[in-house]
Amino acid sequence: MKKLNQRAWLFVTPVLLLVAFNALIPMMTVVNYSVQETFGDNLFFWQGIDWFEQVLTSERFHKALGRQFLFTFLILIIEVPLGVAIALAMPRQGFWVPFCLVTMALPMLIPWNVVGAMWNIFTLPDIGLLGYFMNHTLGIPYDMTQNPFAAWVTIVIMDVWHWTSLVVLLAYAGLVSIPNAYYQAAEIDGASGWAVFRFIQLPKMKTVLTIAILLRFMDSFNIYTEPFVLTGGGPGNSTTLLSIDLVKIALGQFDLGPAAAMSLIYFAITLLVSWLFYTLMTMNDNKS
Amino acid sequence: MSLELKNVSKRVAGITHVKETSLTLETGHFNVLLGETGSGKTSLIKLMAGLDSLASGQIILNGRDVSGLSAQKRNISLVHQFFVNYPHMSVFDNIASPLKVAGVARSEIEGRVDEAAGILKLKPFLNRKPHELSGGQQQRTALARAIVKESDAVFLDEPLANLDYKLREELRDQLPELFAGRGAVVVYATSEPEEALLLGGQTALMTDGKVVQFGPTADIYRKPRDLDAAKVFSNPPINVAGVTKQGERVILNETTSWTLPGAAATLADGPYTLAIRPHHVLPVETPAHSVRLSGRVLVTELSGSESSAHFEMSGQPWVSLSAGVHPYQVGEVHTFHLDPNHCFFFTPDGTLAA
Repeated sequence: MKKLNQRAWLFVTPVLLLVAFNALIPMMTVVNYSVQETFGDNLFFWQGIDWFEQVLTSERFHKALGRQFLFTFLILIIEVPLGVAIALAMPRQGFWVPFCLVTMALPMLIPWNVVGAMWNIFTLPDIGLLGYFMNHTLGIPYDMTQNPFAAWVTIVIMDVWHWTSLVVLLAYAGLVSIPNAYYQAAEIDGASGWAVFRFIQLPKMKTVLTIAILLRFMDSFNIYTEPFVLTGGGPGNSTTLLSIDLVKIALGQFDLGPAAAMSLIYFAITLLVSWLFYTLMTMNDNKS
Repeated sequence: MSLELKNVSKRVAGITHVKETSLTLETGHFNVLLGETGSGKTSLIKLMAGLDSLASGQIILNGRDVSGLSAQKRNISLVHQFFVNYPHMSVFDNIASPLKVAGVARSEIEGRVDEAAGILKLKPFLNRKPHELSGGQQQRTALARAIVKESDAVFLDEPLANLDYKLREELRDQLPELFAGRGAVVVYATSEPEEALLLGGQTALMTDGKVVQFGPTADIYRKPRDLDAAKVFSNPPINVAGVTKQGERVILNETTSWTLPGAAATLADGPYTLAIRPHHVLPVETPAHSVRLSGRVLVTELSGSESSAHFEMSGQPWVSLSAGVHPYQVGEVHTFHLDPNHCFFFTPDGTLAA
C-alpha cells in the first residue's frame, strides 16, 4: 500500500495559524465569555445559556434590534434605487466618465469617524452650515441632539451620502458591460425605455446588484463609527443601533457575559439574513 | 421589394466611416456585403437599419423614403455576430418579443412563434432561457426573431462568425431557404469570400468604407473591376506582382516570362500589375499550368483536403493553394506552375485591363 504523504499539513499550517489567531481563537474567547460569569482576577463561574436567555428576552435588545433593522431597511430602500438611477444617468463614454467616477468614489475614501464628525459639525444648529440654514434662514426647527426624528433623518442621509457611491459604481460596472448590440436589438423591436431597463439592463445588472445589496446589508447592519460619532446613540436611546448598544454593555457596564452572548446572536442574525438573501436572489439561476 | 441607397455616407467626429455609396438591393436572393474587418460593412448595415443617422444621402425602402425614420419605424430585423437575446426571457418570449411590442394578438403570436421555432428546430427549447442553450441554438433563436417579424428588410451581420465550423455549415445551408419566399430584402455581411460564393446572388465588395464593386456574385468573382476588388474577393490573399508587357510576352522577372493568351495579348506595351488567385498556382505541372516559377518555400499549411505554400520569389511573397497533400521542404527552392489563362492585369492606377 502506498504510504500517505503527510507533508501537505506543513503547507497549510501557516494559513491555519493565521485563521486561528485572527478568527477562531477570538471567536472562541467570546463563546467562552458568553457561557460564564466573569469577575476580576480571571475568576469564572459557569452560567450555561443564562446570558443568551437574558439577551433574547430583554426589551432593550429587542428595541436595538428593531432600530437596526429599520436603519438597514431605510438605507437599502434609498441607496439601491438611487444608486441604480445615478448609474443609469452617468455617461458611458467620453470626457466626463473619469470625472464622474472619481467624484462618486470620493465619499467612500473618507475615514468613517471623519464622516461622523463632518456631519456632526454640518448639522450643528448654531454654527453648522445645514443646521444654521434650517433653523435661522428657513425657520425650520432642526436639532438632532434634541429631536429623535431629526437624528434619524441625519444618520440615514449621512449613510446615503457615504455609501450610495458603492451601489453606483457596481451598477455602473454592470451597465457598461452590456454590449451595444442589445440596445440595438431593443431599438429595432421598438422597446420603450422602461422595457430596455426591465428586460436588458436590470437582468444584466442582477449579479452586481446582488453583491451590492449584500455588501450594503452587512456593512449597515454592523455600522458603528459614524452614528457613534454623530449622535452617540441619542437623543436618549433613539439612535442606539445594535453595535452601539453592544459596546455600551461590554465596555460601559463591563458586562462581558451578556455582551458576548449578544455578539454571538448578532453574528448569527447577520449570517442568517445574508444567507437568506443570497439564496433567494440566486434561486432562479440554480433551478435549471 | 427593394432597398435603395442613394449617395449615402456616414461620418463620426470628422472621420468618414462610409464613403458615398449608391446601391440597389433587391429581394429574392441574398445581397452579400463582403469585406475585411473594418471595411465598413457594419457601419453600412447600421445606416440601412436606422441605428445610425446619415451624414448625406437617402435610403428608400419599398419606394418609401426612410432616411429620417428610426429603426423601429422601418420594419426591419437585424441579427448580430454576437448572440443577442433577452437574457431572462424564455426562447418563446424572445421569439415573440417583436410581435408583442407590435401588439399582435396572443393567439396569432403563438402560431407564428410555433412556425418559426419549427423551421429553426427550436421547438424542444421554447421554455428554456438563452443561457441554457448552445451557441448555435442561441443564434437560431435570434434568427427566429428576425423571421417571425415579417420585416421588409433583414440584416445579417456576420451571423455565423462566432459559431464552430460544423454549426456554421449547417446554418449556412439553412439560411437561403429560411428567407426564400418571405419577400424581405436580405443583406448578409461577411468577411469570408467562400460565404459570398455560397450564398450570394449579388455581392457588394467593400474596402475602406466604400463599395468598390457590386453585381452578381459569380460575375464579380470572375471580373474584378480593380485591384482592390480582386484583393477582397480572394482567400488566401491574391498574388500580386509588377510585370512588364513587351510585344506578345509578359515579363515577370529575368528568368520568368511567357506569351500572353487571349485578350491580354492585345494590351498596349508597358508596366502592369499582375494578380492571380492562389489556386491557379500549383506545385505540379499540368497542360494549363505551363508557366514555371521558382520560389523558396517559407511556410506550408495543410488543411485536410488542401495544401498551401507561401514562397518567396525575387523579394515578393507568393501563395500556392492546391488540392491534396504536397510534401514541401521549408527553406528549399521549389518550382511552381502558374496558369496564364487566369491572370488579371491591372493598369498602374489599379483598374482592370484584362
